Amino acid sequence: MKKYDAIVIGAGHNGLTNAAYLAKAGLDVLVVEKNPYIGGATVSRELHEGWKYSNCSYVCSLLRPEIARDLELPRHGLQVQPYGGGVTFCRNGDHFLYYEDHERLYREIARHSKRDANAYDRYGADVIKQTRLIRPFLLRTPPDPSSFKPRDLMELRHLAKAFMELGEEGLADTLRFWTMSIGDYLDGYFETDVVKAHLAGSGIIGTALGVYSPGTAYVLLHHYMGDVDGNVGAWGFARGGMGAIANALAASLQSYGGEIRCAAEVTQIMVRNGKTTGVALANGDEVQADIVVSNLDPKRTFLNIMAESDLPADVVRKARNFKIRGSSGKLNIALDGLPTFNGLENVDTSMIGEMHFSDSLAHMERAYDDWKDETWSKEPYLDMLIPTQYDPTMAPPGKHMMTVFVQYAPPTIDGRDWTDEDRDNFGKTVIDTIANYSPNFKELILHAEVRSPRELENEVGLTEGNIFMGELTFDQLLFNRPFPGYAQYRGPVKGMYMCSSGTHPGGGVMAAPGANAAREILRDLKHPNIVPGAYADD
Amino acid sequence: MTDSSSRYDVIVIGAGHNGLICASYLAKAGRKVLILESLDQAGGCAATREFSAGFSVSACAQWLYQLSPDISSDLHLERHGLAYAARELNTIALAADGRSHLKRNGTQLSGPGLTDDDARNFSNLNSQLLRFVKVLDNAFKQRPPKLVDSDWQDKLSLTKLGLDMKRLGKEDMNELLRVGLINIYDLLNEHLDNELLKGALSLDAVLGTHMGPRSPNTVFTYLYRLLGEHYGYSGPALLSGGMGTLGSALGKAAQSLGVDIRTNSAVTQIDTEGERCCGVTLDSGETLTAPVVASNADPKSTFRKLLGYRKLEAGFARRIELNRAKGNVAKLHLALDDVPAFTGLPDNEHGARLLISPTMKYVERAFNHCKYGEMSTEPVMDISIPSLHDPSLAPDGKHVLSALVSYMPSHLQGGWNDRARAKAEQLALNTLAKYAPDIHDKVLASEFLSPADIEAHFGNYGGHWHHGEISLDQIMMMRPVPGCTQYATPVSGLYLCGAGTHPGGGLLGLPGRNAAQEILRQSK
Amino acid sequence: MTDTAPANPGTAPRVLHTPFHSRTKVANKMERWEVWQGYNTAACYTDVELEYFAIRSNTGVFDLSPMVKYRIQGADAADYVDRLLTRNIRKLGTDRVAYVAICNDAGNVIDDGTLFRFADNEFRLCTQEHVLDWLLWSAEGFDVTVYDETADVAALAVQGPTSCQTLRRMGLDGLQELKPFGMAHYELEGIPLMVSRTGFTGDLGYELWLAPEHAETVWDRVFANTRQRTVRPIGSHALDLARIEAGFIAAGVDFVPAEQIVRNGRGRSPLELGLEWLVDFSKPVFNGRQALLQQRDKGPRYRLAKLSVEGNKPAEHAFIYCRGREVGTVTSAAWCPSAKSNFALASIKTPYGRERDPLKAEIYYMRELHWTRTMAKCEIVNEPVFNPPRRLQTPAPDA
Repeated sequence: MKKYDAIVIGAGHNGLTNAAYLAKAGLDVLVVEKNPYIGGATVSRELHEGWKYSNCSYVCSLLRPEIARDLELPRHGLQVQPYGGGVTFCRNGDHFLYYEDHERLYREIARHSKRDANAYDRYGADVIKQTRLIRPFLLRTPPDPSSFKPRDLMELRHLAKAFMELGEEGLADTLRFWTMSIGDYLDGYFETDVVKAHLAGSGIIGTALGVYSPGTAYVLLHHYMGDVDGNVGAWGFARGGMGAIANALAASLQSYGGEIRCAAEVTQIMVRNGKTTGVALANGDEVQADIVVSNLDPKRTFLNIMAESDLPADVVRKARNFKIRGSSGKLNIALDGLPTFNGLENVDTSMIGEMHFSDSLAHMERAYDDWKDETWSKEPYLDMLIPTQYDPTMAPPGKHMMTVFVQYAPPTIDGRDWTDEDRDNFGKTVIDTIANYSPNFKELILHAEVRSPRELENEVGLTEGNIFMGELTFDQLLFNRPFPGYAQYRGPVKGMYMCSSGTHPGGGVMAAPGANAAREILRDLKHPNIVPGAYADD
Repeated sequence: MTDSSSRYDVIVIGAGHNGLICASYLAKAGRKVLILESLDQAGGCAATREFSAGFSVSACAQWLYQLSPDISSDLHLERHGLAYAARELNTIALAADGRSHLKRNGTQLSGPGLTDDDARNFSNLNSQLLRFVKVLDNAFKQRPPKLVDSDWQDKLSLTKLGLDMKRLGKEDMNELLRVGLINIYDLLNEHLDNELLKGALSLDAVLGTHMGPRSPNTVFTYLYRLLGEHYGYSGPALLSGGMGTLGSALGKAAQSLGVDIRTNSAVTQIDTEGERCCGVTLDSGETLTAPVVASNADPKSTFRKLLGYRKLEAGFARRIELNRAKGNVAKLHLALDDVPAFTGLPDNEHGARLLISPTMKYVERAFNHCKYGEMSTEPVMDISIPSLHDPSLAPDGKHVLSALVSYMPSHLQGGWNDRARAKAEQLALNTLAKYAPDIHDKVLASEFLSPADIEAHFGNYGGHWHHGEISLDQIMMMRPVPGCTQYATPVSGLYLCGAGTHPGGGLLGLPGRNAAQEILRQSK
Repeated sequence: MTDTAPANPGTAPRVLHTPFHSRTKVANKMERWEVWQGYNTAACYTDVELEYFAIRSNTGVFDLSPMVKYRIQGADAADYVDRLLTRNIRKLGTDRVAYVAICNDAGNVIDDGTLFRFADNEFRLCTQEHVLDWLLWSAEGFDVTVYDETADVAALAVQGPTSCQTLRRMGLDGLQELKPFGMAHYELEGIPLMVSRTGFTGDLGYELWLAPEHAETVWDRVFANTRQRTVRPIGSHALDLARIEAGFIAAGVDFVPAEQIVRNGRGRSPLELGLEWLVDFSKPVFNGRQALLQQRDKGPRYRLAKLSVEGNKPAEHAFIYCRGREVGTVTSAAWCPSAKSNFALASIKTPYGRERDPLKAEIYYMRELHWTRTMAKCEIVNEPVFNPPRRLQTPAPDA
């Protein structure tokens, strides 16, 4: 059987990105994928005839523009359109509309509080300050603080310099921001519950923490540090659903001569004499390669497809202690028409990207309390969008597709696995929540796919259904991601690498981990670097 | 009445332990110091209180477990009357089933449900954490360094901190960088299985804070608590005569060094002349002048009440206003006819530190309430029956029970009033009764102090143990807020010396000593 | 989190109209609107040049209503503004107005504006930007209420050499006696009207302040009987030209409001904007004092220079060089039709920008799609290039 230069395990967006760069550099690359389709969690699936569901990830902002351009994703069919605005519905019948237009947003916040409307400028500036600090590091390999290698010391110096330039108070504000809860942070700017609730969502999405848990302000930053066409913090839709990103990456990979093999589950990364030799597949095949890159999360990589005997003890321990928490679920709904929403009868909802139904921080925090008690939130936080308002390719004309991200859904229910009944009740909770604000919503439902953490794990391979492949808490960021000592994409075995969202800079459809890992692999091969650095944020 | 000739070099506001310690170190260096105290005795939260005729308890803090031994010996506290009723007490985690209670004697664990694995893993974890605490302790013993506008001394401290970290070795250093940021829930789950043990340890991490076991950064608060063990306390201690003995010993130590202490003298205002602090005004209207004023009051009380925000720039005032200090620990004091019988607990163990925190989940649930300004329906409790060691606290044959009850939020929805207090006391008693069913029959008199009551009496904002949350965004060079992290404040001549400053509260005494060093350095 | 009915349900208006809208809509022949603080305002009613010369030789009328206005009152109001602003407010009499700067703790200017004193403890603060958040944080510890009264007050600037005459003819008797930065209270046909001798044109001029419901009546009165004398509504473009000619700075143009700054070092202190005369260090405390003291001792990082630029090409956005070294950029520039001067404001790194420094502006201009670059000599001038005596004369001259 043919021996490849490199095998990438998992055709998610990071695996494809990694493989595309390796192929572009001239390596003979094979991507092996467990599912019969590519994309991992960056996927569009037709689960109801005529409808395409972005049934895992659903919106796009973090995808590094440097990579999209470099791998010619637009030429390979990717179109990303920003969406404006959002709304949070209040239980008292009012709502808060978020506009992209600064003046209009001011007036809408001022309707709730003039003070808040003005404070929003300060908030916006302060958050952008933080994104400017972090963005240049997304396409860099984190330094190892316990190392004395010149490269690490240089990179540490670079990191320290960026922090020192903030000044004493600016640095303190940054350290505070990175360690505070989003609730406490927002309390320092705003007085209106619904304004805080609307903004706080970004602090908890995908995270097993509540709005008052320290560390959630950073999670907000993670959702703000992307951009669409240079607008930092903006989000958009990929035309045709998130699968369009994976398809474009695959086309790019193939244009460089890379191969993809679907329905090929890896059961083992083969190691001989401390070196990887290839992978063993579920069908018994073995594929040889000197380089094996895992796009699985660190737990699955080290605990499932590698033998404990091939690994140093500390890696096994660290993989066990790596925190991947299932905290979210997902509903994908085919609709017979566009639902109407209470209070928005005269509003053009295509002005509104995301819709939320939690009108206070306490409301959101109680949803988290349910999760801690190992049950899904009785009044969940929802991030709901109707991409078909923008995208004609995802549903038949006049029909619509709705994507609902749900927080919180625990990995297990009262210590046992999810059952189908649990899943259906969970779906019902979500649908009822939306129906409280949309009178005709229920009757428009033609089909609904309900995904609890169980489905997300089983189908996509996200441990516990965690969308980031590891909590974005400070103990698992930068040089701590996935674990201290292994944050530079190299595994503990020669020839073995990691490129998943479980590595720096973390989850979301960003493609940075895949690209960064490729840079390190090429470095080890003494191949000139072809992976781009970040655009300057001037 | 104006005292125009400034007889004092330094006026210290508040004779709490940090105020007394700060004053003592200043006096040792030859400064003439006056302490002004609103209460009728020195000691602040280190106080003994007769809550019912003949029955006394430690009014606020009840265990001594982390007073810096350096300070204790520098100030010769034992010579000034510090005497122990009991030391190195056992801690007993009460099991809900009334049978499998877990005992901790130093680092030794014993109990029916305990496996050898857990005992060994606990011991390993504890030694690793103590190595981390050593690094922290070095950083705690001096002012927190500035990172950007740093002088040579800051650079030295940073270098030392860096070296201490490196000296831990690669594995330990990496682990410290990791666990310093995570929650106690995860850490304990990584190492231990026994739920009762984990519940009890998690209580140590969260007691006195506005956090639950699953709140990130509770490993840091646990390390903070472990300082005591690092200092050699292999169990909590009780003082003869209650915690007031510490207050009075510190008072006597200060006086022996020449410090003047005026009790019943509440400072109502910190006075300024131009941009400088020049003294204080008392509730009597009397003004006292001194070139330096050190406030042992918490930052919010100091700047908002005593100085007034109008004497500060608004951005700094905003930082103070946003400083979080939500106290959640109430005190329950019971006068008892006899020692209550805790189910399954041998008679000779009733004098130990008794904990009601059966699982981490229980603690977490207790915490949930306080986020919404509600009281825990099933509170966690840290119980002491000090009269078993110190008969002077109660009439012959009678006893007192003192318990820390959490979470009882200072910012209770609807506010604290008699009804709320009665309800909270009932919740605490009912919880207690699950472990000591005869408790209701033994109670002769009772008192419940909510955090609001503690604030009203002792003046610490929010009734908070640490005068400000010990969270990662409010420690070290962020404590209490940027702009006054090195004890000096934006008002020249005004310093902070209380628990709200680095490193924090808990009868540690370091803020007072560090502040004194900084005052001496700047007024050389 | 309340289940009660919302106080103000529905959606925010798409655009706001000033109280003069029914009149400005008719007057705006060019239909060139722009949005100013959410309000639709005329950029140009007829012709920028005509409007500009109305200001300089007749009377120009500008709808000032969107100007952000805050009411400050309460027992501590005077102490409050004294701590809020860098200027010494104790010297400001009742019915007087002061030009002021608001700084943050870092000493950077959050905004500049005008402070009107109605009584010992009652003020109006007019600003270019929304600053309520900072005003309220600054109010912690003071017995004071601060609220946004922008929509409650209509304002009309009446500016130019014949402005006093125009207003007197309208019935504001004795207005010629009003001193610069003074306020006078009138009743016009039962309409209470406050008039201040203030403006943004550097010329003789007044501002009228009134309740919105009387806006149309007052507008009509200003424009009544103006056949012999030109009274022209002016748009923001003409006003901006007059503003630059007078050497006045604008927020977001000549400095970035401090609370909106993202990049380190982009803030500007009053000392760096030529506003040191607004800073009274003898006050023991005011926002920004400690940082400004430090800056005064160390020397400011920038100075805002007034430049007379060689030639007649406006130096908009030009880089400034000194002996081949890039030392700053132009923030505002225009050919000034009255001063017949090519004038610019430039933020220049210290120590450059001293009087004798040989500064040059790198100016690009395009003619028929052809770009030309010139290096124009710049001369530092200490006084505004346009500053007519009538601006400060009392009684106000007739023309």
